[in-house]
Amino acid sequence: MRGRSWRKLALDAAALLSLGFILVPLVFVTWLAFFEQEIPSFPPEGYTLHWFSAILTQKAIIDGFVTSFEVGVVATLVGLALGVPAALGLVRHAAWWGGAASTLLLMPLVVPAIVLGTAIYVAQVEAEILIYGFGIETPVIGTIGGLIAAHALIVIPWVVRLVTASLSGFDRSIEEAAQNLGATPWTTLRRITLPVIRPGIVAAALFAFVISFSNLELSLFLVGAGRTTLPIAILQYLEWKIDPTIAAASVVQIAIIAAAMLITDRFVKLTQVV
Amino acid sequence: MARLVIDRLSKRYGENSVVKDLSLDIPQGEFLVLLGPSGCGKTTTLRMVAGFIEPSAGSIALGGRDVTALPPWRRNTGLVFQSYALFPHLTVEENVAFGLEMRKMPAAEMRPRVEEALRLVRLDGFGTRLPRQLSGGQQQRVALARALAFRPDVLLLDEPLSNLDAKLRQEVRVEIRELQQKLGLTTVMVTHDQDEALSMADRLVVMAQGEVQQVGSQRDLYERPAGRFVASFVGRSNFLEGVMGEEGAFTTAGGLRIVLAGAAAGKATLALRPEAVSTGAEAAHLDNAFEAVVEYVSYLGSVLDVRVRLTPQDRIIVQIANRLGESLPMPGETLTIGWPANAGRVFPAEA
Repeated sequence: MRGRSWRKLALDAAALLSLGFILVPLVFVTWLAFFEQEIPSFPPEGYTLHWFSAILTQKAIIDGFVTSFEVGVVATLVGLALGVPAALGLVRHAAWWGGAASTLLLMPLVVPAIVLGTAIYVAQVEAEILIYGFGIETPVIGTIGGLIAAHALIVIPWVVRLVTASLSGFDRSIEEAAQNLGATPWTTLRRITLPVIRPGIVAAALFAFVISFSNLELSLFLVGAGRTTLPIAILQYLEWKIDPTIAAASVVQIAIIAAAMLITDRFVKLTQVV
Repeated sequence: MARLVIDRLSKRYGENSVVKDLSLDIPQGEFLVLLGPSGCGKTTTLRMVAGFIEPSAGSIALGGRDVTALPPWRRNTGLVFQSYALFPHLTVEENVAFGLEMRKMPAAEMRPRVEEALRLVRLDGFGTRLPRQLSGGQQQRVALARALAFRPDVLLLDEPLSNLDAKLRQEVRVEIRELQQKLGLTTVMVTHDQDEALSMADRLVVMAQGEVQQVGSQRDLYERPAGRFVASFVGRSNFLEGVMGEEGAFTTAGGLRIVLAGAAAGKATLALRPEAVSTGAEAAHLDNAFEAVVEYVSYLGSVLDVRVRLTPQDRIIVQIANRLGESLPMPGETLTIGWPANAGRVFPAEA
């Protein structure tokens, strides 16, 4: 009895310590965003909301935000269009190839982001050359389309995982009931299956958006001249200046992501899939 | 509603035959029950009728139309699932209307039909609820209303009562049966519960290992079981192994001579219902009367199950009425038991 309570205490302490370790940067960034002085130093000389309004004067950050938002939305839609059918196929019709296919779909999570970025960069260069070979002169590298395609690639594994999770408790007999009542398989999918797993799809969409919105590594390789995403804009700003503006921008980004995650968790328990 | 004709229907999975050469002719308005233990092929048969399993051989005709090759959505069967399979995101009304909607019925015609279906199952006023806001029994009735609203050619019930508690099950049995008779529904129900089967059916089909063992009324199955399996599955039976002699008497392994009403000579099994056996004074003058030793007594309330030893090799269970105030038989006691010649049935030993 005594031994067990000690063990539990030790576990709790370890969990708390880890949580604290993870939260420290978030806490400091948020704190910093409200410091009055321009050069961050401790202790703070006072507090202000000035830096949040200062974000609006930074064109690169605003542009980056807009680009990140656009890329995030479109990459999410593409990811859903490919990931939802993939998850349905894997759960419903997978035979011997199922294991291989689901591993393959999760690959983008396993490959280090920098390596993935390099690989996609090279692939897009090759693609551009290939297309040029057909006599079509279209840029691939550095285009928004190329960036979206790469982001779609990294959101697909998450879409597949979240949708698969929401399909795992799915009672197939309701699909049979629909067909018994006269619905074709297509109508069944449209009227029954998709609406029933909608929470999973919404969760997948929000999560996919977060993944894309916060991605730095892929974007570094693929953004064109004069175009930046929010994480890149923040990085570039930091190369020249360290003032709380950047902390304020980060706080805004963190708030958006946190909101998306909290909403996602309401639909699908993230602890089940991550 | 229509007549359902199943002709030499078979289903094989590789070497494994799940349904073998099953033929049934179910006239319009009949309540037919497929009864059997799990794995006997009854559910497979039902799912073949609904179109979810493709038969390996044979045909299914509904109202004179061969539907064997049709997909489920073009068959016009109303299936009630064991799990009810209600659409969780649709209201009760929307669930019931689904079949009508699929048939492109105009909304103006649909409303009264949905209301009528809900009234039939006594759920009027529940139309705007979601399935999860209903009890199990109510969900079951929504499933029934949904299967009836579009007026299917045949109603198919797949163990529809197995998820209800015992008391409710009794009530719903009667309700479904009354509804079926009132509407003249051709109905096929699958169950492993013999009480349920006996209380609801016009006609029963006992299945085992993919084969029909017997087709008949409750009385046929109970009083004239076609084989050992039916004798043990419908009601209970004691089985005594032995030999049937030319002279119309059965000799058990233990050497007991039992008088019977006619059967072919040879190695055989005698089946005897526990409730067909009398005890005490009234037993003494019956065709077969024996002194038996009580071995074990189970007190079941209205009845007692008493296991008795006739000879060291022959033991049977006797069911006797529990008359209040009367002393119970005690293990070790001797009890006179007896039964008439026509109570026992003999099945030739299977080769």
